[in-house]
Amino acid sequence: MQALTKRKKEVSRKPMSFMESLYIPAILKGMGITFRHIFTKNPTIRYPEQKRPFSPVFRGLHVLNRDEAGRERCTACGLCAVACPAEAITMEAAERVKGEESKYREEKYAAKYEINMLRCIFCGLCEDACPKDAIYLSETVAPANFTRKGFIYGKEDLLIPNRNVELEEYAEAIGESRRRKY
Amino acid sequence: MSEQPLFKVTIDNITIEVPAGTTILNAARKIGGEIAPPAMCYYSKLEGSGGKCRTCLVEVSKGSEKDPRPMPKLVASCRTTVMDGMEVKNITSEKVVDARNGIVEFLLLNHPLDCPVCDQAGECHLQDLSYNHGKAGTRYEFQRRTFKKHDLGEHIQLHMTRCILCYRCVFTADQLTQKREHGVLDRGDHAEIATFIEKNLDNEFIGNVIDVCPVGALTDKTFRFKNRVWFLKPMNAHRNCPTCSGKVTLWNRGDEVYRVTARKDQWGEVEEWICNTCRFDTKNASEWVIEGPREIDRHSVISQGHYAGNIGTNKPTETFAAVNDGRQPQLLMDIHSVSDVNKPGNTLNKLNGPAHSNNFNNNHD
Repeated sequence: MQALTKRKKEVSRKPMSFMESLYIPAILKGMGITFRHIFTKNPTIRYPEQKRPFSPVFRGLHVLNRDEAGRERCTACGLCAVACPAEAITMEAAERVKGEESKYREEKYAAKYEINMLRCIFCGLCEDACPKDAIYLSETVAPANFTRKGFIYGKEDLLIPNRNVELEEYAEAIGESRRRKY
Repeated sequence: MSEQPLFKVTIDNITIEVPAGTTILNAARKIGGEIAPPAMCYYSKLEGSGGKCRTCLVEVSKGSEKDPRPMPKLVASCRTTVMDGMEVKNITSEKVVDARNGIVEFLLLNHPLDCPVCDQAGECHLQDLSYNHGKAGTRYEFQRRTFKKHDLGEHIQLHMTRCILCYRCVFTADQLTQKREHGVLDRGDHAEIATFIEKNLDNEFIGNVIDVCPVGALTDKTFRFKNRVWFLKPMNAHRNCPTCSGKVTLWNRGDEVYRVTARKDQWGEVEEWICNTCRFDTKNASEWVIEGPREIDRHSVISQGHYAGNIGTNKPTETFAAVNDGRQPQLLMDIHSVSDVNKPGNTLNKLNGPAHSNNFNNNHD
């Protein structure tokens, strides 16, 4: 059979010579390789304190965005759900009533919005499909959980804090992602 | 003269014989396919409709056998009858394609383009038209037209900003009901669909204006914001109705009836008018005899998630319990125990109008 690579080595079945049967040169050679690695750069990092930079196209946990006035941008148009290849997104829409104009940008809004992170494949098609710039994939890695129940993300998990009201939470949400970036 | 003479007409190099008096549009529809010009205002079931939107413009390159001169301008094919030996160019004519692009730009001048909010999105003729002919941007620099809101009662929602003034709903009310209560008021830029004094539209057949509306100007208030049309399953169904034929399309999610509309043919026209009781007040699946899934053009977004045959309507039998001595499968997680959306007991489709924030307060986790 033709070899796939040129690195193929025939296995030698010859009996070992005296020097080889001592094993010591081979052991020393192996130890030499091991000790050499003490002086090379350590590839591991101290993870929770130290973080590697994300690639600019990294797609992590979803964020539901608000506009400058702090109103929710999502109008529950369903385009993210129809674009989603994993069928992870579900929603229920409602009509804005008088007095809610400061909460929702348009007359229709998502009363319920859920992403099933067990199904989500983080492809980012929802972000592409959104006509209202409402959904973004952030630079947060979706956290692990012990039960499946913790993976159904509702609106309270996804919605970004209101920048005009929840100042601290908003700063934290923004600051977190900045620190991860650089 | 009992027998009507047949006229030979050539549309986009396809020759067809049609009886005298047929319009170019209807002759083209007999050929079918791409050759049929789009029509936003013409409705074959409504007498007197057509001639308003200008999307069906075609070029007549040869008037007739006797007078072979071409017509000097593009003509509205829904209003022009065929002549013997007439030659018509629709999609083969550059002039027509160019004119149609211009018409679409005009139709979209004042259109709010709020498709993400609009309930008509997915089955909107203006959406299809602008997808085929429209430009991505607009050259219009002014404020779009807005109107004072009119309430047309508990069944019909009017969004005047989306209206393209096709007059179809006016003809529907004229020809289907005893007394028309709405119409086009004012002139020019201020023209709007309204009732003269705030009045509910409550005629037995007035719900059909929702189906004839080519855009989202008149929509079903009982379906408002409940779901997007492409997540629903269109099913042919009928019931024994004393006032109308009772043949409708149900728009289901699972077994829940979300919306009832009339059946529409390939030109988006209603096959048989249905009454308000069928449309607004019979939303229990038990009240209908379901015939089967409706054929949907596979290029339509509504066909997403629907499969051929009766998949999705015939539920497969559960075999697990049968082969495991009656033991039920142990589910790792029932999605409804965590999820707030689409709860089994949720009666969103039973609400009379759109859901509001107070409809969701009680079932918050």
